[in-house]
Amino acid sequence: MKRKHRRLAILLAAGLGLGSAAALTLFAFRDNLVFFVTPSDLASRGRAGETLRLGGLVAAGSVEHTTIAGDPAVRFRVTDGRTAVNVSYVGVLPDLFREGQGVVTLGTLAPDGSFTASEVLAKHDETYMPKEVVEALKKSGHWQPGSGPPPPAATWNTLSAAKSGG
Amino acid sequence: MLRAVDVFSPIAPPRGARGLHRFANPGRFLRLAGALLPWVSAIGLILTVIGLYGGLFVAPADWQQGDAVRIMYVHVPAAWLASAGYMALALASAASLVWRHPLADLAAAEIAPVGAGFTAICLITGSLWGKPMWGAFWVWDARLTSVLVLFFLYLGHIALTRAFDTPERGYRAGAILALVGVINLPIIKFSVDWWNTLHQPASISLTGAPKMYIGMLWPLLFMALGASLIFAALVLARLSAAVMERRVRALLAARAEGA
Repeated sequence: MKRKHRRLAILLAAGLGLGSAAALTLFAFRDNLVFFVTPSDLASRGRAGETLRLGGLVAAGSVEHTTIAGDPAVRFRVTDGRTAVNVSYVGVLPDLFREGQGVVTLGTLAPDGSFTASEVLAKHDETYMPKEVVEALKKSGHWQPGSGPPPPAATWNTLSAAKSGG
Repeated sequence: MLRAVDVFSPIAPPRGARGLHRFANPGRFLRLAGALLPWVSAIGLILTVIGLYGGLFVAPADWQQGDAVRIMYVHVPAAWLASAGYMALALASAASLVWRHPLADLAAAEIAPVGAGFTAICLITGSLWGKPMWGAFWVWDARLTSVLVLFFLYLGHIALTRAFDTPERGYRAGAILALVGVINLPIIKFSVDWWNTLHQPASISLTGAPKMYIGMLWPLLFMALGASLIFAALVLARLSAAVMERRVRALLAARAEGA
């Protein structure tokens, strides 16, 4: 075996060992590596009084704006499609907050299963579309943004009606 | 121990030119880099200007993000190149450790600062986008954290390669650091799929339809190609300068010995 072949073999063996170690570590810590838990996680594992981040979609028709002592307040439901959690929040919402949008809220779980948030972040999804395309999808009945994620990308990413539709 | 034959010296005997090692010859590299550099920089700049104009003035605004979406045209190419640059750094490090490729050490040392610069652009533009869109400049989710780790790996490589009195030792230590850090690349790429993150998953994949309107997509692809060529041009220019610096040092050392 030539020296450079031996060095290559050592390198590959070290890479394999390091890769396996990293994979096992990441797998063992998978519950701690998530940025937020889903409403289903909360229903199965959540403990009252725990401070955590809850993430999901803002349920359609669930947003109620009020004011508490002059501050803007809002109540809404966060859903992952299976379970939903009631969230209350006092403060200013990010611009992207709307029904059907992904949000991540930091707060505490109350004994009755509701969630009191001290921070609300909007989560943008991976779709990028101009206003005209959204209008065209709404008009044709393919998508109502409040109802959830947009339809498959291939149905709209080259939509030629976009220019005339707006 | 210094190497017995300094291949960077113009008075060193020519090495056998077989296989890939033909490109290890610094003189051949200098001629190739000199011929390529004007073309790579010019085409890179033209593509970037087209992409920037398309992204800032032609592409439509996003229905939710408004004009803030235009940050993407800088952020996404910078992010891609931050990872791709690290891959290049790791390949140069492997070539240095396994094949003792004479250019690989210098290539690794010259790639790292360019990669760190692109990573910094990615982090800064992402932060500027995050505040108006998410509501926070920074969160410790898996994607943002792993890219910050990438930035620190670049900085660590830069510091480590320059921390030794004998450059060869620095190159060796840097190469090992760079190869250990490769484990971070799949973590960056798949962080948004493996774990819940605030950062959105990839819009553009090799397998599926792009989740981006075509009028917004084409400037991004121009920017990505242009930024890649600019990255390559920066590395070529830095590497040529480094090779010439080594030659000058070797000549001065030879002259000092002769005097």
